[in-house]
Amino acid sequence: MSKNRLWAVVLGAAALATLTQCFTNKKNEGQRLYVQHCQSCHMEDGSGLRGLIPPIAGADYLQTHRRQLPCLIRHGIEGTIVVNGVEYNQPMPGIARMRKDHITNLLNYIQTNFGNRNQRYTMQEIEQLLEQCPPHQQQ
Amino acid sequence: MNKQSKYRLRRGVLAATLAAGAFYGCSNSNDAEKTLPIYGEREAVTRQVNGQTVTDTVYHQIPDFAFVDQDSQQVTQETVAGKIYVADFFFTSCPTICPKMKSQMLRVYEQFRDNPQVLLLSHSIDPEHDTVAVLREYADRLGVQAAKWHFVTGDKDSIYDVAMQYLVPAQEDEGVAGGFTHGGHFVLVDEQRRIRGIYDGTQEEAVNKLIKDIPVLLKDKQHEQK
Repeated sequence: MSKNRLWAVVLGAAALATLTQCFTNKKNEGQRLYVQHCQSCHMEDGSGLRGLIPPIAGADYLQTHRRQLPCLIRHGIEGTIVVNGVEYNQPMPGIARMRKDHITNLLNYIQTNFGNRNQRYTMQEIEQLLEQCPPHQQQ
Repeated sequence: MNKQSKYRLRRGVLAATLAAGAFYGCSNSNDAEKTLPIYGEREAVTRQVNGQTVTDTVYHQIPDFAFVDQDSQQVTQETVAGKIYVADFFFTSCPTICPKMKSQMLRVYEQFRDNPQVLLLSHSIDPEHDTVAVLREYADRLGVQAAKWHFVTGDKDSIYDVAMQYLVPAQEDEGVAGGFTHGGHFVLVDEQRRIRGIYDGTQEEAVNKLIKDIPVLLKDKQHEQK
């Protein structure tokens, strides 16, 4: 009896573990990364902060600088950038340790949310683009 | 059995009455008579008036201060004299909670921009980097008026000391992003420089409460002046 019960518990736990694997945040990883790394400055709705922090929602920069974005995530930005005709000049810290698959998921989330309907990246593409990052200051 | 159910009924009625009373009491206290609490330590001070001993309660008060704002203007206790104001602590290169705080403070700014009785006072806890010129650019980019929203810099120790007086934690910390840790609080201060509310400046709901509390404090102030 108690042996049966033990088996039931073990099986149940195994089933639960398998099921929860299917429901991990993998699917929403881009969103999770956005909340963790970007949201405090670019805001929940991607609107940015007036003349200080550029928006993500409807930003032309995402399309005009599509190929530079992976390097910007990794190494950050110093100096001025122009987004939707407005000049911004607030440094953005890079996330040097962010993995390529995470950068892919994060950028795909940004490119396809906040009203954006931009082209997605493949992981291979991100890898290629990261190899071409211009020289940057060590973090 | 019968007796028991009667007892239960009676108990139920009693509970309902109490609940209704409590409910009524709550809605009553939300009326125009509402006042805001006074924060911080307080002490009783006795003095002699016409040979009689009178006891006054002395509340925690923000001490005199002297900083410089984005227009190179001195900002002191005189600047806020007779007004109520909201104080917070931030730094312009802050990569964590500050942009969120500033987006919320902008809501307060927009709400009370035409009310000369209300001021905003943002202290930089990184005064070495946040010079007048840096604060000037920051405020300009936010598109706000210096007369209403002062971004101040000054002697570092004075700023950290005054943060403590506002009951806001602030310190240098090389271990965190940006190099400083500080609370994201908005502190509501009355015309006697007493703290009347402390709100989480990163939470929209908390800032909604602040926006509701400011008119209450303004009303309170008019009352006291009569």
